[in-house]
Amino acid sequence: MTDVDSPIVLPDDPSFGPEVQVDYPGYRSTRWRAPDHPLVTLPEDLHDPAGPVFGERTVGEHDHDLTVQHEGEPLGERIVVTGRLLDVDGRPLQGALVEVWQANAAGRYRHEVDQHPAPLDPNFAGAGRCLTDDDGRYRFITVKPGSYPWGNHENAWRPAHIHFSVFGPSFTQRLVTQMYFPGDPLFEFDPIFHSVRDPKARALLISRFDLATTTPQWALGYQWDIVLGRGGAGTTPFEEDHV
Amino acid sequence: MTLGHTPSQTVGPYYAIGLCRRTDNELVAPDAPGALELTGRLLDGQGEPVVDGMIEVWDAVGGRWGRSGTHPEGQYSFVVAKPEAEDGRAPRLDVFVFARGLLRHQLTRVYFPDEPEANAADPVLSVLGERERQTLVARQQGASLLFDITMQGDSATVFFAH
Repeated sequence: MTDVDSPIVLPDDPSFGPEVQVDYPGYRSTRWRAPDHPLVTLPEDLHDPAGPVFGERTVGEHDHDLTVQHEGEPLGERIVVTGRLLDVDGRPLQGALVEVWQANAAGRYRHEVDQHPAPLDPNFAGAGRCLTDDDGRYRFITVKPGSYPWGNHENAWRPAHIHFSVFGPSFTQRLVTQMYFPGDPLFEFDPIFHSVRDPKARALLISRFDLATTTPQWALGYQWDIVLGRGGAGTTPFEEDHV
Repeated sequence: MTLGHTPSQTVGPYYAIGLCRRTDNELVAPDAPGALELTGRLLDGQGEPVVDGMIEVWDAVGGRWGRSGTHPEGQYSFVVAKPEAEDGRAPRLDVFVFARGLLRHQLTRVYFPDEPEANAADPVLSVLGERERQTLVARQQGASLLFDITMQGDSATVFFAH
């Protein structure tokens, strides 16, 4: 096994806080895609307009329930995934569009590029959306996604995850991220997960099993709150380190 | 107490199943007055097209938003109209770039080539060097506006902290 074929997991570094290291070397696709020039800081009063607002028309009746979008039910472990969308002051963010997509229970995406030899499920497209309610809460019903291999390094597998896309009140509060499941044995080998180098911040990506959300005789429940940053010009820990 | 914000993770290669289920790339109808095609390529640090990226554009003044995947050749396209100019600022669109390999989306801007005076006076464009400024101004190509986005290298597009 050569170096390039090994997972590269850098040591924890709390100085990163909630920021991701965009040129994380263990995730090889960053090599030619992460910006290599310093980011330009916009003047304070010019950087952050209000963002797009999506109304009820954006969301269909069954968009939040990924298990009823087809003729039959998908295979896999039925789960409820819910949580609140908050700002850093703990205030709920209402009416925000939350979009999700994921692999099926076998670890296969319904996407032409995904050639993992695991079965597609005719009853699972793996996509959902909803608006947060007055309490900032989103709620999806789905099946637990499987882990799947990828070509990043020798014997590379992604921990099970659901992709989330969120729009906040201001334009730069936009967030795209991934939600993981507690206790996944693949965490320690995954460079995408470890690109968040502060272990406390990394923990914010992991949902919590919740018996109160679990519906008897029907579905396991997971809780995961999403906290949007303040938006604006921000400062990366890199910049702070060098002040 | 302030909460820690949820970190970013890459959009990955399969975002289209969730984010591109419908066509969202028309900020204005193609037959609307002033409608323009805005198109270009997303290029990596080796000059190769990024074929699994996604671009979102936002006209904050007009309240118009759109999203386009990048397709073979790294091409994205939108139908836009030039936004109203805010006081003292050149008209522009705000742009987010997402892709496999991008652990966080990147922020840039498109300015319009037929606004040389407003662009010269714009408080953001005017503090950039000439090379950097040029990366943010679309080029006129026939009836379309051409705006390539380059992630790295000597011709890298300017990205803003956010």
